Parts: sequence; C-alpha cells; structure tokens
Amino acid sequence: MFSGELAEIRFGCGLSPKVAPPETAEVMLQRLAGPDTMAQDFPIETFSQFLVRFHEHRDRLLEIIRTSGKKRGDPEFAEVTRAANRDARQRIMTAFGQNMLRWSRTDQGFRERLTVFWGDHFTAYVKNGLLQYISHGYVEEVIRPRMAGKFEDLLIAVTLHPVMMRFLEQETSVGPDSPYGKKRADQNSGLNENLAREVLELHTLGVNADYSQDDVRQLAELFTGMSLEDSGTSFVFLDRRAQPGTETILGKTYGGGKAKVEDIMAALTDLARNPMTARHISGKLAVHFVSDTPDPALVDHMTARYLDTDGDLMAVYGAMLEHPASWDPTLSNVKQAIDFVGSSCRALAIAPRRIDKLKPAEIDRILLRPMQSMGQRWLRPAGPNGWPEEDVVWVTPQSLAARFSWAMSAPQRLQPDLPQPPRFAETTLGSFLPPRVQFAAKAAEQRSEAIGLVLSSPAFQRR
Amino acid sequence: MSLTRRAFLGRSALIGCSAAASPLLTPVSFAAAPWDTRLVVIVLRGAMDGLDVVQPYGDPKLTAWRPTFIPGPNGGAKDLDGFFSLNKALKPLWPLWKSGELGFVHAVSTPYRDKRSHFEGQDLLEAGTTHLLDNRDGWLNRMLQVLPGVEPQTAFAIGHGEMRLLDGPAPVANWTPEVELSLSPQAMQLAQVMMEDDPQFHAAFTDAVMLSGGTLEIEPLNQETPADAVLDEDGNPLPGGMMAERQMMAEDTQAMGRKPRVSVYKDVAAFAAEQLRGPARVASFSINGWDSHQRQEKVLTAALGNLSDVILTLKSDLGPQIWGKTAVVAVTEFGRTVRENGTVGTDHGTGGAMLMAGGAIRGGKVYGRWPGLAEADLYEGRDLMPTGDVRAPIGWIMRGLTGLSRSEIESVVFPGLDMGKPMKILA
Repeated sequence: MFSGELAEIRFGCGLSPKVAPPETAEVMLQRLAGPDTMAQDFPIETFSQFLVRFHEHRDRLLEIIRTSGKKRGDPEFAEVTRAANRDARQRIMTAFGQNMLRWSRTDQGFRERLTVFWGDHFTAYVKNGLLQYISHGYVEEVIRPRMAGKFEDLLIAVTLHPVMMRFLEQETSVGPDSPYGKKRADQNSGLNENLAREVLELHTLGVNADYSQDDVRQLAELFTGMSLEDSGTSFVFLDRRAQPGTETILGKTYGGGKAKVEDIMAALTDLARNPMTARHISGKLAVHFVSDTPDPALVDHMTARYLDTDGDLMAVYGAMLEHPASWDPTLSNVKQAIDFVGSSCRALAIAPRRIDKLKPAEIDRILLRPMQSMGQRWLRPAGPNGWPEEDVVWVTPQSLAARFSWAMSAPQRLQPDLPQPPRFAETTLGSFLPPRVQFAAKAAEQRSEAIGLVLSSPAFQRR
Repeated sequence: MSLTRRAFLGRSALIGCSAAASPLLTPVSFAAAPWDTRLVVIVLRGAMDGLDVVQPYGDPKLTAWRPTFIPGPNGGAKDLDGFFSLNKALKPLWPLWKSGELGFVHAVSTPYRDKRSHFEGQDLLEAGTTHLLDNRDGWLNRMLQVLPGVEPQTAFAIGHGEMRLLDGPAPVANWTPEVELSLSPQAMQLAQVMMEDDPQFHAAFTDAVMLSGGTLEIEPLNQETPADAVLDEDGNPLPGGMMAERQMMAEDTQAMGRKPRVSVYKDVAAFAAEQLRGPARVASFSINGWDSHQRQEKVLTAALGNLSDVILTLKSDLGPQIWGKTAVVAVTEFGRTVRENGTVGTDHGTGGAMLMAGGAIRGGKVYGRWPGLAEADLYEGRDLMPTGDVRAPIGWIMRGLTGLSRSEIESVVFPGLDMGKPMKILA
C-alpha cells in the first residue's frame, strides 16, 4: 500500500534531498486541491499575458504598413518580426528553467506530473507566426488550473481555445449550407473534420470506442460557427458560418434552432460523461502513472468512480491512489525525457539563484537540446496524439546514449556544488537503491561520473 | 556537414572493428548477411494523396471532383503514360522514370478501413497484419526473423520517431545521425555492470555502445556555440535545436520562396546510404508532413521535395553498383478523399499510391488496377476504391530481393495476405 517514497517516485517528481515526501494519499490530494504554490513562486507566462505583447507587435507591423506602405519581406518589416521571434524563443527557454525549478522545489509533485499528462492529452500548438512560441502559456492558463475539476470543464475550455482551434484548423471550417458557405461555395470554404475527429478519437471516447465516420461528420457540422476574430487569438461564434439544422452524435440530437455555442458545449459535456470516455481517460491515467499494462481491476475501479461522479477528476485520482495495484513496489514505467530531466533536477536540488543566472541560450544547451536528443522536444510531439506511453519507445540506444551523455555533463552546470556521490545515491533512490548502483557511486573515479551513473541507472529511470 | 557529424559517420563505418575490440561486448561476428540486395522502406506519415502525386488526369471525372486542382501537363505535371501524370514537385525524379528506376502502384491500401485515424492506420501499416493485433512486432522485423545471418547491423531504424515496422525480437540498430555516447573506460565498465540489473536497459545500452564506436568524450554543454547547433537568422541557437526545428526552418524558408538552408531528410538518407554501403541490408525511416487538409499544393510540394531529395541522395551516395541492387519503397497509411474539401485540401480517405525506386525495380510503369472515379466506383462514395493490397507489391519485392518463399511471406511476414499473381516488378 501507500509509501511516501513510492508516492514521490511514481506519482510525483522523484525523491528530493530537501523536500519530504507526502505522508498520505489524502495529503497529496489536499495539496492538489489547495493553492498552486509553485505557480506563484516560479511564474510562467500565460497565454493572456503573451497576447499583450503579441498585440503590441501586431500594432507595430500594422503601423509600418500604414505609414510607409512596406510589406512582408521588406527589411524593416522583417527586422521587427525577427526581433519579436527572437524574444519569444528566449522566453521559452526561461519558462523551461522556471518549470524545472518547480520540479526541484515542489511539495505537490503530483500537480507537476498531471500538468505533463494533461498538456500531452490535449497537445496543441500554433504552427507558424509568433503564437507558435506560446504552447507553455496555453498549458499554464487553460489546463493547469482545471486539472482538479470536472473533465467536461477542461474539455470545453481546451476545445474552444484558439491554440487548439488553430492546431486542428477549426477556424477554417464552414457549414456548406450556411449563409457564408453558400455565398463562398466556389471560394475554398467548407467543412474541415480535423478537430471533430480528434475530439472523439483522442480527447474523449478513444479510437477503440464504438463510433462511426458519421459521428465525426456530424460533430464537425455541429462545430461550424466556432471561429476566431481577425488576429486569430480569441474565440468568436459566427452563426452565419454554422451549418443549419440538427446534428446527431452517438444517437443524440443537438441544435436545430438558431446556432449557438451552448449546443456545442452540450455535446462536449455529453461526450465527457460518456462511459467510453470514462474508460479511455481512466485507462490512460493508469498507463501513464502505473504501468504500460495496468491491472484491469484498477482501471475498472477508476472508471466506476468516474461514472459515479460525472467525471470529477479529483475523485478519479483518489480512486487511483487508493487502489492496491497502484502501489506495487516493483518500479515499472520508464520516465519520459522530461520526467527524467525534471526528476534529476529535483535530485540535484537545483536552486533559483543558479537557474536565474543562466542565460536563455544556456538553458537551451543544458536542458532543452539534450531533451530533444532523448526524443522529446518540449510540448512539441509530432502529432495531436502526443508522446507515446510505451516504455520501449524511451529505452532505445539513441535515447539512452543521450541520457548518459546528459547525466555525465549537465549536473555540474546546474549544481556546481555537486553532492557526495554515496549520499546522493541514497537520497535519490532511497530504499530502491540497488547494490550495484551503490557500488558504482562509490567506485567511479570522478564525482561527476558517479552522479551521472546514479542518474543513468535503470532504477532511477523507472518509476 | 559539420565536422562533428563527419567524424561520427567515419566512426560508424568502423563499428565492426571497435565493437569487436571492446571487452565489454559479447564477441559477435560481422559477416555480411547472405543476401546482397538492399531494401529501403520509407513511411510517409500523415496520409499522402496518391491522386495528386500520380494524377489520373486521363480520367474525366477527376476535375469534377477537384475543381480547383489542375492535374496533368496543363498544371505543370509530367505526363507518364497518357493517363497518369507525375506531380511537378517530383520533376527531379523524371530521369529515374525514364531509366526505369522509378515506378508506382496505384489504388492500393492496407486492410485498414473506415475510421481513418492516422495513428491506427500507421499502426496497421507497420504491423503488416490484416487486423490490429495486440502483438506489436512489425512486418520488417518479422522478415528479419525468418532470414538467416541477421546481425545487429543488418537493419537500421533511423531518426527520432518510432519505426514500429522494425519492432520485434530480431536485432535492429536504431540511430539518429546526431547522438554520441561517450564515457571513460571505467565509467563504461561500471555502467555495464549496473545495466545488467535490467534486461531492457542492458540491451539498449549494449547497442548504444556499439553504434557510437564505444569511445569519445562527452558532448560539451558549455561551449559557446556547438558545432552542429541550429542557428536562427541572427546566428542564435534555436530552442530545442535539431531536427524538428531545422525542418520548421526549412519549411519557413521555403514558404518565403527561398531555397531551404538545410534538409534533415538529406542527412537521414546520407546516413542510411553510409550504412547500406557497409554491412546493412535494410534501412527504414519516416518522412512526415503529408496531412494536406488545407492548401494541399503547398503542403504536398514541401513533402514531395523531401521525398525527391531523399531518393536522389540515396542514389548518389550508394553509387551505381549498390543502387543497382537497391529497392526503395515509400508507403503511407491511407489515401485521401477524392473530392477536394472546403479548404483547398483533402480529408482522410482509403485507396492511395505507393512509390518504388532503385536499380532493382522495373520502373517506368504505373502498376495496379484502376477502379475509376465515377461515384459508384468510389469506396463509400468518397474515397478511391483500393483494388490491391499494398502488402502484395512489397511481398513480391521482398521475394525477389531476399529469396524468401511466397508461403513464408504470406504466413509470417504478412499473415493473411494473398499475394496474387506474380507482379514482375523487379528488373
């Protein structure tokens, strides 16, 4: 059953030499329900904060066009854009430094892990322009504050957000029989199924669920009208683009009157409460936190709780944490690259005064670039299905070589005062420290190699 | 190419020697596989629109379904045989078509139907089975399982992404031409002992040591600008660096009408060719970027440019002798809707096309049975009807290249497949 050490390793950010593990599962949940202390201590820019700068930049460009008639491609125009892009890229690096400080210092490790999980479940990023640099602000503002509420509220907030809409091209989708669609019938406007398909396949029911191409099409028709205002940064509902008539999804009919966003929210709420969604979300949580092949009894238990509470996520987490299958003492799942790097930062107890001194380009070289060699570019999986959960994907020769290389060289850059290796092995792995790792930590010639070996050990890379 | 990468490629050519000399590795022999042909499998992820790559411009229905697309020579495409034309973005491959080193199979698909999910579609394409099974080994790995003399360097999965078609019990080298592993000899020994606790990590570690040549110092994190850093226009390193970022930059630059500065895919193809000149017989990697829901012409031009770069790089780097016994096949998870959608693109469909290249194939021909584009001829009234299983031409190529028997291919590699009549697609 519950052990504080295992709670930190499996459901948190790993063991820390400075922060004690939670005493009980109830404490973990209480902290998650309470204030987000790390967001206060180590702020990360939100999407809304980013938009202020985005609009300043856009106004500058519009001003150049108005006063000089210069356009895209003109050197003056290009210089303004380049400067804004450079600044935005550096802010990603700074934000990642803050993120690692949260991993290092938190006593709410479960919250950081859930941020990774839900940010991945609802993977979205804008593919071009200045907004491509603000995926972390979308996670910080839209996802992180809603992880302890009802799944339907998270789903609705994400689906209606400009970052998700642009990622899956919803703003281009027009009802073919809408007033707008009829007027533009010959001008490249029409239905785009992309968002509707992924909402069913990835975000709610799951690909193995019982739904059809017709349901995809009908949901896509219901989604028409969801659009963005001119700058592409905020949601508007345009009923003149909405497909008239009713839509039937999984046998239930929506709309029919004047098109309105409430119909879409009603359909998303029903999808969120669907038993297939309950099983999909519960199963995915169990796979992510516990094992690639979780005990079916665990998934059943979580699914039942989900259905009893209409998708109250705190209750579902509670069901996971109270089930004995979650506490099998054999470490199983392999950490993804971000978890590997994050839990290493925690084991090293990296400090704000050190991270704050690093230039953005140094954070990039020490943290972000190596993570990509390990197979994970921060918040940029290749597709909307996010990062794979299977262990085999993360234990390739390539990824392992990159982890070794990083573990041997990065710690001294992050924590110039490296700890004594035998002590480090004990605080990092606790009662899970295997004798061979303990031996390696003592026998290595150099302190940096000893630290690197502990972090590279299979015992540290599993949870 | 940076010095770092050149040094690495040089070392990887010597894998055999350094691995054999390493006391940490079980001695293995590095005899070449008993077959001498080369097979390159490229997975085109995102669903390539076969109808716009090999355009049936001789079918009068095509422009009715796709009013804003201009197929055939009128749209700048190369006429292939009076009925099909080749997308203009593949023009650099025209000489290969003329010399019989480029061909296509049209109206093919995997057995995947109806849900049109990229991820499921790719899973089935790589599993090579008829239904999605729980058993996750890939068909290219199963081919290696039944061939004799397969060594860890016989087959390469290249790149950051997953290549599930090579997953399975047969040994496969998995590498990206960017990473190096380097530890002091003592740390190496301690690591080796530590890894023995965990078979999965131990296997990956052993391969990593072998692939990196087992030496070299640690990649420095503190130098001002690493030799292979990806820089933005002002010379600043980009966040996260490397592959995806480079690709993005190449796309951005392309969109602005300039020549792309770098092509990651060329690097991957050059690395594949390097291995195939040595003991490797099989290489596989992905080209992404085919999901053309919007502005298809732009999307497809960029993706086909990458595909054409890859094939030309393989040809030049393999040299005439090895290219002469090489077959390259490029396959995608499914085709796209026959009707264009409302955003000058196409949505997920069913039947599509497969590309073949190399001196070993009998090109200059579009294989396959054309189903027609009348509404009644379409699959579910929306997609190109598949008239052939994409696994069949691959099966025939495999049969010709490796000598595997038809029954082995139909029962082990592609269980449940009927290869049909011999296709005679090898030269």
